Amino acid sequence: MSVDERFPRDFRENREDGPPVGTRNEIITGPVSDWATDFSHLEPEWAADPYPIQDELRQRCPIAHTGRFGGGWLPTRYEDVSAIAYDTERFSSRAIVMSNFRPPKEIAPIGGSPPISSDPPFHHDARKLLLPAFTKTAVGRQEAATRAFCHSLIDGFEGRDVVDAAADYAQHIPMRVIADMLGFPPEDGPQFRVFVENTLEGINLPPEERIERMTALFDYLMDQVHDHLDNPRDDLTSYLINAELYGRKLEPSHVVGTLVLLLIAGIDTTWSAIGSSLWHLARNPADRERLVTQPELLPTAMEEFLRAYAPVTMARLVREDMHWRGVEMKAEDWILLSFPAANRDAAQFDRAGEVIIDREVNRHAAFGLGIHRCVGSHLARMELRVALEVWLERVPEFSLADAAVVTWSTGQIRGPRSLPLRIGTGD
Amino acid sequence: MKVQINSDRCQGHGRCYDLASDLFGDDEEGFGQVIGDGLVSEDFEREARLAVANCPERAIDLVEES
Repeated sequence: MSVDERFPRDFRENREDGPPVGTRNEIITGPVSDWATDFSHLEPEWAADPYPIQDELRQRCPIAHTGRFGGGWLPTRYEDVSAIAYDTERFSSRAIVMSNFRPPKEIAPIGGSPPISSDPPFHHDARKLLLPAFTKTAVGRQEAATRAFCHSLIDGFEGRDVVDAAADYAQHIPMRVIADMLGFPPEDGPQFRVFVENTLEGINLPPEERIERMTALFDYLMDQVHDHLDNPRDDLTSYLINAELYGRKLEPSHVVGTLVLLLIAGIDTTWSAIGSSLWHLARNPADRERLVTQPELLPTAMEEFLRAYAPVTMARLVREDMHWRGVEMKAEDWILLSFPAANRDAAQFDRAGEVIIDREVNRHAAFGLGIHRCVGSHLARMELRVALEVWLERVPEFSLADAAVVTWSTGQIRGPRSLPLRIGTGD
Repeated sequence: MKVQINSDRCQGHGRCYDLASDLFGDDEEGFGQVIGDGLVSEDFEREARLAVANCPERAIDLVEES
């Protein structure tokens, strides 16, 4: 067997942890003076409850600005968010995590984690490689194992009155599912959590620390690639190693970048969606009781949780200086593309601020709009549905144990990270 | 009445084949496909309207047959 020489141990390219290319700006942290001119999605006030901030901005200043992160914009109207999502000519996906680092322009149109970081026309071809593995039918093959795993987590609650629905339940489900799909050791879950937090929440750390943390992720993925080179098997990692584009095997940066995407984007997003749904049901006993007695309503309710508590915000980079819908955008300005804010725009949704679990018309944008529609949306929906079905079947009675200790992630993915629930009837 | 998918707009969210599996299926990449000729009998009108009302990309049209 010939050795695959694409993956030397010291391989690394133009990434944040690679050679000193790209642009860094001054890191600005601390309380926000005015959300319209100084917003930051990394401050505790935003993490705790971003919706009143977004609602107020939509009224007062629908495309807010910040000088932080080297400059950026925050549209909060559905029509502006959707226009940007569709306009891949003027808004690039070269970077999709708003931070203090802009990768070099030369990495376009592939970007660091294709296809989410890719622009047309490359995007289409990179995405096409992944789509068949993530259809509803394909992900349906994970359903029985996912259900059994959810049951095993709840078996572990035995004898406890209070459990952490985020840490003891929600987070484990997507970790296990994506580990199975990628062919990574299931016991590496705790490491995945660290990688996710480092990538998405470590935004304002000093560059050296951020580079060190990202290096750990790349080293881990290289170990997995090498394990698959030595022992090829029927999973997504071997599939990517062997996949071809334009008549050649993928660039090593493409393979590893896509693994970064699948590992990071597959975990805390779904973990957040499961956690937010349980948080809502813990605080709204009427909705909880209705879903227990009418489980056939769950698919509709789930879409409403996805709308109202959409976990994912994306980012874009403005390509050229331009006047856009009343503001002066500069080349390389960030766009914080808030699908959560779009999903609560009263111009698009009736009673936008309310959670209506039998909402019949629900064109929410939780999985994005346009060519970057979440490639894992069918997987996420399967996991969310199964996680809630099993929970409601096994734990029909639950409430917040202590609202004061619920904590939320910061950054572009929002969901509970600590969610203590009192389970059972409490008698 | 007939359903149509605008394939330029469809991004494979799959809301149509989730909500109206008698009228829509998916292809090998997850994009929505109209089953058969797309004609909607009275029994499936509600399903058809749900699919239209929940497509995030507004890719589905319901056409009245003259």
